[in-house]
Amino acid sequence: MQSSKSISQIVVYSFLIIGSLFCLLPLFWLIRSSFMTSLQIFEMPPVLIPSPFRFHNYVEALTTINFGRFFSNTLIITICCLFGALISSSLGAYSYARLRWPGRNFFFALLLSSMMLPGAVTLIPTFIGWKMAGLINTYYPLILPVWFGAAFDIFLLRQFYSTIPKDLDEAAYVDGAGLWTIYWRIMIPLSKPALIVIGLFSFMNSWNDFMGPLVYVNEEKKFTMALGLQMFQSMHSAQWHLLMAASTVVILPVIIVFFIGQRYFIEGITLTGLKG
Amino acid sequence: MVSSLLLSFTDYRIVNSPKFIGLGNYTRLFDGTDPYFYKSLWVTFKYVALRVPLGLIVSFIVALLLNQDFIRGKSIFRTIYYLPVIVPAVASSMIWIWLFSPDLGLINNVLTAIHLPTFNWLDSEAMVVPSIVMMSLWGVGSTVIIFLAGLQGVPRSLYEAATVDGAGFMRKFLNITIPMMTPIIFFNLIMGSIGAFQVFTEALIMTQGGPNNASLFYNYYIYREAFQFGEMGHASAIAWILFIIILAVTGLFFRTSKAWVFYESEV
Repeated sequence: MQSSKSISQIVVYSFLIIGSLFCLLPLFWLIRSSFMTSLQIFEMPPVLIPSPFRFHNYVEALTTINFGRFFSNTLIITICCLFGALISSSLGAYSYARLRWPGRNFFFALLLSSMMLPGAVTLIPTFIGWKMAGLINTYYPLILPVWFGAAFDIFLLRQFYSTIPKDLDEAAYVDGAGLWTIYWRIMIPLSKPALIVIGLFSFMNSWNDFMGPLVYVNEEKKFTMALGLQMFQSMHSAQWHLLMAASTVVILPVIIVFFIGQRYFIEGITLTGLKG
Repeated sequence: MVSSLLLSFTDYRIVNSPKFIGLGNYTRLFDGTDPYFYKSLWVTFKYVALRVPLGLIVSFIVALLLNQDFIRGKSIFRTIYYLPVIVPAVASSMIWIWLFSPDLGLINNVLTAIHLPTFNWLDSEAMVVPSIVMMSLWGVGSTVIIFLAGLQGVPRSLYEAATVDGAGFMRKFLNITIPMMTPIIFFNLIMGSIGAFQVFTEALIMTQGGPNNASLFYNYYIYREAFQFGEMGHASAIAWILFIIILAVTGLFFRTSKAWVFYESEV
């Protein structure tokens, strides 16, 4: 009995480790190659650890294309979207969870149904709308929609607010607190974990977004990292070491943010996955 | 949404204003004048048919393995498996183009090293869709985590009762784990299919729909018609067909779900 148990343990562990390698190897390979000369990358048998580390790849990759600019563009968009998502979805969710107003249930159903639409269907009319407004090649189409609240975020937060006991805000109301005070002093502090989840998702979405900037931005100096990387790929398709360095620069911020908020992130997936 | 429907009945190119042409866009699609329509449908269905079941099976197995009691470092594994999900699609496409590269890529070199045949992953019509499926399996992490959460929610008392009754591992798996997990399998099936129908970035960056349109995924086709050829009306019609397909497929899943999805609350 004991031995069959340890055999199954070994089997399970080895499968898990093989799976982890499958997950990690491409990333490791990316980072490894980003420090090599293009000759070293293709050496056979493959070299695992670059020697010497060529930091110059990064300098070269970042200067041949205006990555500094793309980086700050992406950062601006991401930060604007982050604030937009947090403010609008928390206000919206508060109103759906706590306030009574005519048509509330109808609008909530409408909100949920908007989640089901494939992006491709709405993309074209939305694009034409922005074009008529003369706002193509600006960041408004990328940022403004977020400020009107995303269905998914509002839904998640509303579920979360519903778990906060009503007694709390009723007590505050009796003590003379208005709606804003209740929102700001009770709801926001209590929903911090959910807000962190939404913030993380929003950061990731706008940082990683490719189709949005691709469709709406056409002037090179307004490009984001994702577009820059794609442009870089078509220009330097043979220079793998530079491509890998550039890709690392794009990935790194997301990975850092992921590790900072990691615990909330995974909880967020389970929370949203099961209730969504 | 309404305007998209209206547009799909017009001849609207970026250069001229919309002109009503009735079902013109749709007949043009179905009568074969647009050679890419059936092609992209076929490619996309092939992708969905491979990607969705494989993704479900792989992530379910990983979640089962991770859910064993004796596993240490669960959170480390969870983080590792989730890591690929956060990598931007542009960057992961870049990594995989290179891994798939026929002469220089890691995959073919490993295959050569262990004396297995190599493939022209992204450059052959037969392999391009399976290659993109394989790459997409790299990002199953979020499905794994949802499954894992579900597995942890299965009441232990059920397993204990079954053990007392002398049920073996397979029996417990088939009669407890699977039925209790069907709602979550169902959820992942729906989300996975909706997502798989809409694959885009990979197609654009890795292959531009090639070779010979063998990876002309539906969403990329819409994008190409609308934003490269400027055929907004035509593209709207294509988008609407996608919407109807997705609706039909999810509807079908929902209908069959009554037969196999088990909700505890209904007992």
